[in-house]
Amino acid sequence: MNDALAQLPGLLTAHLRLTLAALGAGALLSIPAGVLVSRVAFLERPVLAAAGIIQTIPALALLAVMVPLLAGLGLPGIGPLPALIGLTLYSVLPMLRNTVTGLAGLDPAVIEAARGIGMTDRQRLFRVDLPLALPVIVAGVRTAAVWTVGMATLSTPVGAESLGNLIFGGLQTRNLASVLVGCAASAALALLLDGLIQTMARGVALRRPGLRAAGLLGLVALACWAIAAPSLRTAGGGPKPVRIGAKTFTEQYVLSEILAGQVRRVAGAPADVTPSLGSTVAFDALARREIDAYVDYTGTIWATLMGRSGAGEGRAAVLAEVKAWLETARGVHVAAVLGFENSYAFAVSRATAARRRLASVSDLAEARPLLRAAADYEFWQRSEWRSVERRYGLAFAERRTMDPSLLYAAAGQGQVDVITAYSSDGRIAAYDLVVLPDDRGAIPPYDAVVLVAPGLATDRPDVVAALAALDGRIPVETMRALNRKVDQGGESPARVAEGFLAAAPVSAPSPVAGSREP
Amino acid sequence: MIEVEGLVRRFGATLAVDGVSFRVGEGELLALVGFSGSGKTTTLKMINRLVEPTAGRVLVDGADAALTAPHELRRRIGYVFQRVGLFPHLSVEENVAMPLLLTGRGREEVRARVAEVLALVELDPSLGPRLPAQLSGGQEQRVGVARALVASPRLVLLDEPFGALDPVTRDRLQQSFLRLRSRLKLTGVVVTHDMGEALLLADRIGVMRAGRMVQIGTPAELLRAPADPLVSEMLESPLRHARHIQGLTGGRA
Repeated sequence: MNDALAQLPGLLTAHLRLTLAALGAGALLSIPAGVLVSRVAFLERPVLAAAGIIQTIPALALLAVMVPLLAGLGLPGIGPLPALIGLTLYSVLPMLRNTVTGLAGLDPAVIEAARGIGMTDRQRLFRVDLPLALPVIVAGVRTAAVWTVGMATLSTPVGAESLGNLIFGGLQTRNLASVLVGCAASAALALLLDGLIQTMARGVALRRPGLRAAGLLGLVALACWAIAAPSLRTAGGGPKPVRIGAKTFTEQYVLSEILAGQVRRVAGAPADVTPSLGSTVAFDALARREIDAYVDYTGTIWATLMGRSGAGEGRAAVLAEVKAWLETARGVHVAAVLGFENSYAFAVSRATAARRRLASVSDLAEARPLLRAAADYEFWQRSEWRSVERRYGLAFAERRTMDPSLLYAAAGQGQVDVITAYSSDGRIAAYDLVVLPDDRGAIPPYDAVVLVAPGLATDRPDVVAALAALDGRIPVETMRALNRKVDQGGESPARVAEGFLAAAPVSAPSPVAGSREP
Repeated sequence: MIEVEGLVRRFGATLAVDGVSFRVGEGELLALVGFSGSGKTTTLKMINRLVEPTAGRVLVDGADAALTAPHELRRRIGYVFQRVGLFPHLSVEENVAMPLLLTGRGREEVRARVAEVLALVELDPSLGPRLPAQLSGGQEQRVGVARALVASPRLVLLDEPFGALDPVTRDRLQQSFLRLRSRLKLTGVVVTHDMGEALLLADRIGVMRAGRMVQIGTPAELLRAPADPLVSEMLESPLRHARHIQGLTGGRA
């Protein structure tokens, strides 16, 4: 809780900044578009249809799609830009539709009077049409404001700071307090923004200048705070921090903090963590040097990026092939092999294993009636699953998808029979699950490797050396213990990482970094 | 002075106005009378280009209306609307001031002129800060007239100005309008379906049917020599009323 509260001001500022910028840009786009559309009849249907189509795209998908789209245009694909564009597009529909509706609902007698007394089109727009349509337009702005505040929490997976950091991070590390702080702050912000807009609009409608000024002042104050308050990222100044990425699960949060801590301790350089990136977002961001380093797994690169199927020729061979491919195809360098595997593994509860006599994946394939299975967001789409399907002829009665943080409990409580566990996850032991060995070798090895961005070795050899010092330092028992501290112990990933680095200081072999260590 | 020559307006397949010509001299008020659909309102709206003519032309003070920018033409001609059309978000004073604000007059000048014109239409000055929704029908129409007159136009167009009012209020407004007319020497056109009102207000009356002018002349001319059964029919009702009341009062009305 304290940890979440400490992060709150910075994240709230970032969230507010993103929301106001998106809402402002959305209003500047949609209200003039609404005016244009209501004067040029043939535009109305196509424009409203286009805005409607954008709205039907799930918000998370809309934001995620911005990443490759912007990268294709040579713009920064992760960070505030994709979030800003996605949120702006999303805010357009309610404001556009309400502008059109508001202008269409005007009394024809009033319009005729406005023309009849000699108003130009422009005078009519500003003196009659817009003021009369204002209540309907404001209703649209308020809807958009509340949506945008909520939707901005989804900017976290594309690398923009927001209250989503607390929510995504909290969900993955089972830190309910963090989730609640994030949700409550987001709800409070939505209510505040909505209230201020409403106050201002009522002040205008009821002709009460005091009310109007109060609402306006509140909004201006919020905007000033959003613009002037230093964000987490820019605080401090000094040399450009090293950016460490993390995907959306506990182990990634812990490892990203270990990497960042190692960079700070050994290379003496500032380091930031960009948490909760989507799986392929993280790699794409690294390849474009939008982040400097993160931890990935050989099997993931092998199956997802290299498009290979099957298990390969063992751990060492896959590692060698992956290293070579990364260097030549993407210019990405493997700085360290951490020393543990986090593999996809089928796991069942001990009771299910005994009752259905399951000792390996082959037994799973023969089990009748068929079992119910659940996996993380990616697994059923990944080539590992196709490979398992082919190699074992494996089929399930149902294949569900759920958040990784919920999988273990689902198996432990018997809501599903089989889950795809991560082999280094502390929750396998915590829920007393049995891992079924891949006896026909359908799943590749998943060595955890520290990937560094192209060119980092030349620009920041000290950083790469510091990271390289982690090579072989995290055996699987250590990783499970660290994961357990977060998932069961309720400690923050940063603290767990700090504890790890303090207990087993790892110095870099390079003379630069070595000189800093006694 | 308004001159209308061979005015035609087509809406799709229907011919709403079919070759109408007339002339309204300085200080004269012409009433256009006819049943609904006779083209009288369309004719009126073509004078200040709220409706554009399909053919024919309108001369306002000798200048072709088609060659004047519509908003400038309309600023020179006061217009009283059938459905009043007050701006619901503006107070009575702001409604009346609007034509002056459009041309960017000074604040003091506007305030003084608004007070003057509200007095002219015999409206209680305490109503100035009210919104239109807080007014009675008669008060609304007075505000509408004030707004039409605020910029001191010499020309006015009135579209069924008192049609929606109860008989007592209508009579009061008609009387104030007659006083205004003689005071301001207004030149104008009033559209009405009520021949009684036309006889009361206008110097000349044009009777329209199916987009054409059936007869145009002074009330006396129309009464003396109606050129068409329609004209007689339309005159019949006010005459019958007058005879009836005369009978009741024994000729002392």
